[in-house]
Amino acid sequence: MIEIEQITKLYDGLPAVDSVSMTVDTATITVIVGTSGSGKTTLLRMINRLVEPSSGEVRINGTPTGTLAKHVLRRRIGYAIQGHGLFPHYTVARNIAAVPELLGWPKEKINARVDELLDLFSMEPEQFRDRYPAELSGGQQQRVGVARALASRPDLLLMDEPFGALDPIIRARAQEDLRRIQQALGSTIMLVTHDMEEAMHLGDRVAVMDEGRLVQHGTPAEIVLRPATDFVAEMVGGVERPLRLLSLIPVSEIVEEGSAEGDALAADTSLRDALSTCLWSGRDAVPVVQDGVPMGRVTLDAIRAQAKGQR
Amino acid sequence: MKRGTLLRVALGTVLLALVLRPAWFAWVFAPFAPEGGPIIYERASLLSLSLSHLGLVALASTAATLVAVTLAILVTRPAGAAFLPLSRTITNMGQTFPPVAVLALAVPSLGFGSGPTLVALFLYGLLPIFENAITGLSTLPPATMEAARGIGLSRRQRLVRVELPLALPVILTGIRLSVVIALGTATIGSTVAARTLGEVIIAGLLTNNTAYVLQGGLIVGLFAVLIYDAMVQVEAFLFRRLGGQPSETSE
Repeated sequence: MIEIEQITKLYDGLPAVDSVSMTVDTATITVIVGTSGSGKTTLLRMINRLVEPSSGEVRINGTPTGTLAKHVLRRRIGYAIQGHGLFPHYTVARNIAAVPELLGWPKEKINARVDELLDLFSMEPEQFRDRYPAELSGGQQQRVGVARALASRPDLLLMDEPFGALDPIIRARAQEDLRRIQQALGSTIMLVTHDMEEAMHLGDRVAVMDEGRLVQHGTPAEIVLRPATDFVAEMVGGVERPLRLLSLIPVSEIVEEGSAEGDALAADTSLRDALSTCLWSGRDAVPVVQDGVPMGRVTLDAIRAQAKGQR
Repeated sequence: MKRGTLLRVALGTVLLALVLRPAWFAWVFAPFAPEGGPIIYERASLLSLSLSHLGLVALASTAATLVAVTLAILVTRPAGAAFLPLSRTITNMGQTFPPVAVLALAVPSLGFGSGPTLVALFLYGLLPIFENAITGLSTLPPATMEAARGIGLSRRQRLVRVELPLALPVILTGIRLSVVIALGTATIGSTVAARTLGEVIIAGLLTNNTAYVLQGGLIVGLFAVLIYDAMVQVEAFLFRRLGGQPSETSE
């Protein structure tokens, strides 16, 4: 568990981050979202003390970060950034092995860990281990960057706009990968982004920052349904709110008895995609299957009911 | 590339022959020698002069590299930033001071021989290495440096494992310039009795023997070209390793 308590950073007497407190549960993804200058990156960088807090405290599993030497603290926290920041003169394997090496792991354990991570990121170890970063595509470099951050099984993984430099298709794939790997490893992740779509998609919790303050911290559904301020409502994107809401709910939640014509949807499809399918194919109901077994159907009316926010 | 290798081998062979068997080239130099005078320099073996010449250059360049790179590391640390202008001034002075003047000034204290030449070459070689090292160390990719800090490398580890290796190609370029300048400049050392290939050139000038001047000049020139080329190859290799395009074409 990560506890952030009353943390503040002043630059020339003005707060860049203003008394932010929040708690991050183990094995969850918390996405910090805000416009540029909202203090979100400063908040993230205060956790591994790349920026020293002016006041306040961060505790990782009960240990205050201020009590550890900076480099020791950072070796316990994974760090992945936009533009990957790989060491261009190290092979993929040495890049991933960087932190375990610093921690003095035995060689066999490091090699096994490198192969395990490459496998996890769907990169054939035989093929990629000895390549240099310049010989990889942007998406592959980014995956190696995240693999490096995860290598030592850190208590916490910090990610600063990790997908910012990727094109939309590769970015969507990288987000899926991150979700899958986070669930497989049970990692605790704090991720900074300016993209509310990404925040909704990845976050178990979303923290919205504005002018250095934490204005709302809750589940994606809470953020969409009950934005705490006008700013949050604007971030969520006024007219798009019903669609955002639908994108958070899988069809399995409102599936009902009955049958429908046409191609079926998988149970974990979001209502937003189901709505899109209905509209595109001109149907009022679509069948739903789970692992190939029919579950029932989802109707346009049911979707419409879910999209209705509170007035 | 193929043609380049061929040219390299040819030049290397000519150089070796010139140094080891100068008599073979008597017919080439004969037209430049004075009537009835000696054609091939024989007062000292060209091999020993070459080795001594290269030794002086190597020694001076090594010392200049150590000092310049150390200085560059110091002034690119946060604590040393204030000394950047001062070190620039010092290395610039080393470059602007003519080597001949350094020789003249150093002889009274160091005597005749290799000493003054070493000092002159050392001072003259500092600037290119220092400036390149500064450039190399201050233009590292920001994302890589941020990551190096973020994953917990200490200052020292960042310098040794990341900064110096990444700056190496640029530093090597500085060393290359410095070495090539030193190869040519070392010839002047023979005016104060340093054993260099300059001895041959100076003997030729004193006796109006153009054949001597050509021999000395040709050997020094060939050394400079081949050493320059070898260092370009090394830099290009390192640069490719770091994921860039070769900085200069070798041909």
